[in-house]
Amino acid sequence: MASKPRVKVPKKAAAGDIITIKTLISHAMESGQRKGKDGNLIPRKIINKFTADFNGTTVFSADLEPGIAANPFIEFNVKVMESGTFNFVWLDDDGTQYSSSNEIAVE
Amino acid sequence: MNISRRKVLALGAGLGAVVLTGFKANIAFADEAKTQAAIDAFANGATVESGKITLTAPEIAENGNTVPISIEVESPMTADDYVQSVMILAEGNPNPGVATLHFTPMSGVAAATTRMRLAKTQNVIAIAKMSDGSVVMDKKLVKVTIGGCGG
Repeated sequence: MASKPRVKVPKKAAAGDIITIKTLISHAMESGQRKGKDGNLIPRKIINKFTADFNGTTVFSADLEPGIAANPFIEFNVKVMESGTFNFVWLDDDGTQYSSSNEIAVE
Repeated sequence: MNISRRKVLALGAGLGAVVLTGFKANIAFADEAKTQAAIDAFANGATVESGKITLTAPEIAENGNTVPISIEVESPMTADDYVQSVMILAEGNPNPGVATLHFTPMSGVAAATTRMRLAKTQNVIAIAKMSDGSVVMDKKLVKVTIGGCGG
Protein backbone atom coordinates (compact mmCIF):
# COMPACT_ATOMS: atom_id res chain seq x y z
CA MET A 1 0.00 0.00 0.00
CA ALA A 2 2.71 2.36 0.89
CA SER A 3 4.43 3.67 -2.18
CA LYS A 4 7.77 5.32 -2.74
CA PRO A 5 8.31 8.14 -0.27
CA ARG A 6 8.63 11.65 -1.59
CA VAL A 7 11.39 13.78 -0.13
CA LYS A 8 12.42 17.33 -0.87
CA VAL A 9 16.01 18.20 0.03
CA PRO A 10 17.78 21.22 -1.47
CA LYS A 11 20.47 20.16 -3.98
CA LYS A 12 23.05 22.52 -2.59
CA ALA A 13 23.59 24.83 0.34
CA ALA A 14 26.29 26.92 1.96
CA ALA A 15 28.11 25.53 4.99
CA GLY A 16 26.24 26.41 8.18
CA ASP A 17 22.92 26.89 6.38
CA ILE A 18 19.79 25.65 8.03
CA ILE A 19 17.91 23.77 5.34
CA THR A 20 14.29 22.68 5.35
CA ILE A 21 13.45 19.11 4.46
CA LYS A 22 9.95 17.99 3.53
CA THR A 23 8.99 14.34 3.53
CA LEU A 24 5.78 12.58 2.64
CA ILE A 25 4.94 8.92 2.33
CA SER A 26 1.70 7.42 1.05
CA HIS A 27 0.28 5.32 3.84
CA ALA A 28 -3.25 4.77 5.12
CA MET A 29 -2.14 5.15 8.78
CA GLU A 30 -4.99 2.87 9.87
CA SER A 31 -5.66 4.10 13.40
CA GLY A 32 -7.19 0.94 14.86
CA GLN A 33 -10.28 2.94 15.82
CA ARG A 34 -12.24 2.56 12.59
CA LYS A 35 -14.79 -0.13 11.94
CA GLY A 36 -14.93 -1.97 8.63
CA LYS A 37 -18.07 -2.88 6.69
CA ASP A 38 -18.47 -6.05 8.77
CA GLY A 39 -18.61 -4.00 11.97
CA ASN A 40 -15.27 -5.20 13.29
CA LEU A 41 -12.42 -2.90 14.12
CA ILE A 42 -9.81 -2.62 11.40
CA PRO A 43 -6.48 -3.47 13.06
CA ARG A 44 -3.99 -0.69 13.57
CA LYS A 45 -1.31 -0.33 10.92
CA ILE A 46 0.68 2.87 10.93
CA ILE A 47 4.17 4.18 10.36
CA ASN A 48 5.37 4.38 13.95
CA LYS A 49 8.85 5.77 13.51
CA PHE A 50 10.60 8.14 11.17
CA THR A 51 14.36 8.73 11.24
CA ALA A 52 16.57 11.11 9.32
CA ASP A 53 20.28 10.36 9.24
CA PHE A 54 22.98 12.57 7.76
CA ASN A 55 26.29 10.86 6.99
CA GLY A 56 25.39 8.13 9.47
CA THR A 57 24.33 10.36 12.39
CA THR A 58 20.69 10.73 13.35
CA VAL A 59 19.76 14.40 13.04
CA PHE A 60 16.00 14.15 13.54
CA SER A 61 13.53 11.45 14.42
CA ALA A 62 9.87 11.19 15.30
CA ASP A 63 7.70 8.63 17.07
CA LEU A 64 4.34 8.66 15.34
CA GLU A 65 1.03 7.58 16.83
CA PRO A 66 -2.41 6.97 15.33
CA GLY A 67 -3.17 10.67 15.82
CA ILE A 68 -1.05 11.45 12.76
CA ALA A 69 -3.02 11.92 9.56
CA ALA A 70 -2.88 9.51 6.63
CA ASN A 71 0.05 10.02 4.26
CA PRO A 72 2.27 11.36 7.04
CA PHE A 73 3.94 14.62 6.13
CA ILE A 74 6.89 15.80 8.16
CA GLU A 75 8.80 19.01 7.65
CA PHE A 76 11.90 19.76 9.70
CA ASN A 77 15.26 21.51 9.56
CA VAL A 78 18.87 20.49 9.53
CA LYS A 79 22.01 22.57 9.83
CA VAL A 80 24.50 21.35 7.24
CA MET A 81 28.26 21.87 7.55
CA GLU A 82 29.50 19.48 4.84
CA SER A 83 28.36 17.64 1.75
CA GLY A 84 26.80 14.30 2.33
CA THR A 85 23.89 11.96 2.09
CA PHE A 86 20.62 11.99 3.94
CA ASN A 87 19.05 8.67 4.68
CA PHE A 88 15.39 8.66 5.64
CA VAL A 89 13.68 5.59 7.07
CA TRP A 90 10.01 5.02 7.81
CA LEU A 91 9.17 2.00 9.96
CA ASP A 92 5.80 0.32 9.54
CA ASP A 93 3.92 -1.48 12.34
CA ASP A 94 4.37 -4.73 10.40
CA GLY A 95 8.16 -4.31 10.41
CA THR A 96 8.50 -3.12 6.81
CA GLN A 97 11.01 -0.33 6.25
CA TYR A 98 10.67 2.27 3.56
CA SER A 99 13.67 4.40 2.84
CA SER A 100 14.98 7.18 0.68
CA SER A 101 18.46 8.62 0.14
CA ASN A 102 19.17 12.16 -0.96
CA GLU A 103 22.45 13.90 -1.52
CA ILE A 104 23.33 17.48 -0.81
CA ALA A 105 26.35 19.46 -1.97
CA VAL A 106 27.62 21.98 0.55
CA GLU A 107 29.98 24.71 -0.61
CA MET B 1 -49.36 -5.03 42.20
CA ASN B 2 -50.16 -1.46 41.68
CA ILE B 3 -47.53 0.34 39.62
CA SER B 4 -48.41 3.97 39.17
CA ARG B 5 -47.68 5.83 35.98
CA ARG B 6 -45.36 8.11 37.94
CA LYS B 7 -43.24 5.20 39.14
CA VAL B 8 -42.94 3.78 35.65
CA LEU B 9 -41.77 7.14 34.37
CA ALA B 10 -39.19 7.46 37.14
CA LEU B 11 -37.88 3.98 36.40
CA GLY B 12 -37.65 4.77 32.70
CA ALA B 13 -35.66 7.92 33.39
CA GLY B 14 -33.30 6.01 35.67
CA LEU B 15 -32.68 3.37 33.04
CA GLY B 16 -32.07 6.04 30.46
CA ALA B 17 -29.43 7.63 32.64
CA VAL B 18 -27.67 4.31 33.14
CA VAL B 19 -27.66 3.64 29.40
CA LEU B 20 -26.32 7.13 28.72
CA THR B 21 -23.45 6.92 31.19
CA GLY B 22 -22.60 3.45 29.93
CA PHE B 23 -22.47 4.75 26.38
CA LYS B 24 -20.22 7.62 27.38
CA ALA B 25 -17.79 5.24 29.06
CA ASN B 26 -17.78 3.13 25.91
CA ILE B 27 -16.58 5.90 23.65
CA ALA B 28 -13.75 6.50 26.11
CA PHE B 29 -12.18 9.55 24.54
CA ALA B 30 -8.93 10.53 26.15
CA ASP B 31 -9.90 12.65 29.10
CA GLU B 32 -7.85 15.33 30.72
CA ALA B 33 -6.52 12.88 33.30
CA LYS B 34 -4.99 10.72 30.57
CA THR B 35 -3.49 13.77 28.90
CA GLN B 36 -2.15 15.01 32.24
CA ALA B 37 -0.59 11.62 32.88
CA ALA B 38 1.18 11.81 29.52
CA ILE B 39 2.42 15.32 30.31
CA ASP B 40 3.69 14.24 33.74
CA ALA B 41 5.50 11.25 32.28
CA PHE B 42 7.13 13.48 29.67
CA ALA B 43 8.06 16.26 32.13
CA ASN B 44 9.69 13.69 34.43
CA GLY B 45 9.21 15.80 37.56
CA ALA B 46 10.16 19.16 36.04
CA THR B 47 7.81 22.12 36.39
CA VAL B 48 5.94 22.76 33.18
CA GLU B 49 6.29 26.42 32.20
CA SER B 50 4.79 28.42 29.39
CA GLY B 51 6.54 30.51 26.76
CA LYS B 52 9.43 29.77 24.40
CA ILE B 53 7.32 27.26 22.50
CA THR B 54 4.83 28.21 19.79
CA LEU B 55 2.21 25.86 18.48
CA THR B 56 0.59 26.96 15.24
CA ALA B 57 -2.70 25.33 14.33
CA PRO B 58 -5.77 26.52 12.44
CA GLU B 59 -8.50 28.07 14.59
CA ILE B 60 -11.11 26.11 12.70
CA ALA B 61 -10.26 22.81 11.04
CA GLU B 62 -12.96 21.90 8.57
CA ASN B 63 -11.73 18.38 8.15
CA GLY B 64 -10.38 16.66 11.25
CA ASN B 65 -8.70 14.04 9.06
CA THR B 66 -5.73 16.22 8.26
CA VAL B 67 -5.03 19.27 10.35
CA PRO B 68 -1.71 21.00 9.67
CA ILE B 69 0.22 21.95 12.80
CA SER B 70 3.61 23.52 13.33
CA ILE B 71 5.73 23.83 16.40
CA GLU B 72 8.69 26.06 17.04
CA VAL B 73 10.81 26.30 20.15
CA GLU B 74 13.18 29.16 20.93
CA SER B 75 16.59 27.69 21.56
CA PRO B 76 20.18 28.33 20.49
CA MET B 77 20.40 24.65 19.45
CA THR B 78 24.04 24.24 20.46
CA ALA B 79 25.61 21.09 21.84
CA ASP B 80 25.03 22.21 25.46
CA ASP B 81 21.67 23.90 25.05
CA TYR B 82 19.16 22.42 22.67
CA VAL B 83 15.63 21.08 22.49
CA GLN B 84 15.62 17.34 23.00
CA SER B 85 12.09 16.46 22.12
CA VAL B 86 8.62 17.86 21.57
CA MET B 87 5.51 15.86 22.29
CA ILE B 88 2.22 16.70 20.62
CA LEU B 89 -0.99 15.73 22.38
CA ALA B 90 -4.66 15.97 21.48
CA GLU B 91 -6.88 16.03 24.56
CA GLY B 92 -10.05 14.86 22.86
CA ASN B 93 -8.76 12.04 20.66
CA PRO B 94 -9.28 8.37 21.58
CA ASN B 95 -5.56 8.35 22.39
CA PRO B 96 -4.02 11.67 23.40
CA GLY B 97 -0.62 10.90 21.86
CA VAL B 98 0.00 12.27 18.38
CA ALA B 99 3.74 12.31 17.91
CA THR B 100 7.03 12.86 19.67
CA LEU B 101 9.68 14.68 17.69
CA HIS B 102 13.33 14.27 18.63
CA PHE B 103 15.72 17.06 17.76
CA THR B 104 19.49 17.21 17.88
CA PRO B 105 21.95 20.13 17.90
CA MET B 106 22.26 19.44 14.17
CA SER B 107 18.63 20.44 13.67
CA GLY B 108 19.66 24.09 13.61
CA VAL B 109 16.24 25.24 14.71
CA ALA B 110 13.71 23.31 16.75
CA ALA B 111 10.83 23.60 14.33
CA ALA B 112 8.68 21.07 12.54
CA THR B 113 5.41 20.77 10.69
CA THR B 114 3.14 17.77 10.33
CA ARG B 115 -0.50 16.88 9.81
CA MET B 116 -2.63 15.34 12.50
CA ARG B 117 -6.09 13.90 13.11
CA LEU B 118 -8.62 15.51 15.42
CA ALA B 119 -11.73 13.61 16.49
CA LYS B 120 -13.60 16.69 17.69
CA THR B 121 -13.14 20.28 18.85
CA GLN B 122 -10.40 20.17 21.44
CA ASN B 123 -7.14 21.49 22.82
CA VAL B 124 -3.94 20.56 21.06
CA ILE B 125 -0.90 20.60 23.30
CA ALA B 126 2.77 20.86 22.41
CA ILE B 127 5.29 20.29 25.16
CA ALA B 128 9.04 20.57 24.75
CA LYS B 129 11.90 19.20 26.81
CA MET B 130 15.23 21.02 26.77
CA SER B 131 18.63 19.41 27.18
CA ASP B 132 18.82 20.86 30.74
CA GLY B 133 15.58 19.10 31.69
CA SER B 134 13.30 22.14 31.75
CA VAL B 135 9.89 21.75 30.15
CA VAL B 136 7.70 24.27 28.33
CA MET B 137 4.19 23.91 26.97
CA ASP B 138 1.76 25.62 24.61
CA LYS B 139 -1.92 24.90 24.09
CA LYS B 140 -4.33 25.80 21.28
CA LEU B 141 -8.03 25.21 20.91
CA VAL B 142 -8.91 23.89 17.46
CA LYS B 143 -12.53 23.80 16.37
CA VAL B 144 -13.32 20.78 14.23
CA THR B 145 -16.25 20.63 11.84
CA ILE B 146 -15.88 17.00 10.71
CA GLY B 147 -14.17 14.61 13.12
CA GLY B 148 -11.29 12.58 11.78
CA CYS B 149 -11.11 9.33 13.66
CA GLY B 150 -13.63 7.24 11.75
CA GLY B 151 -15.80 4.80 13.62
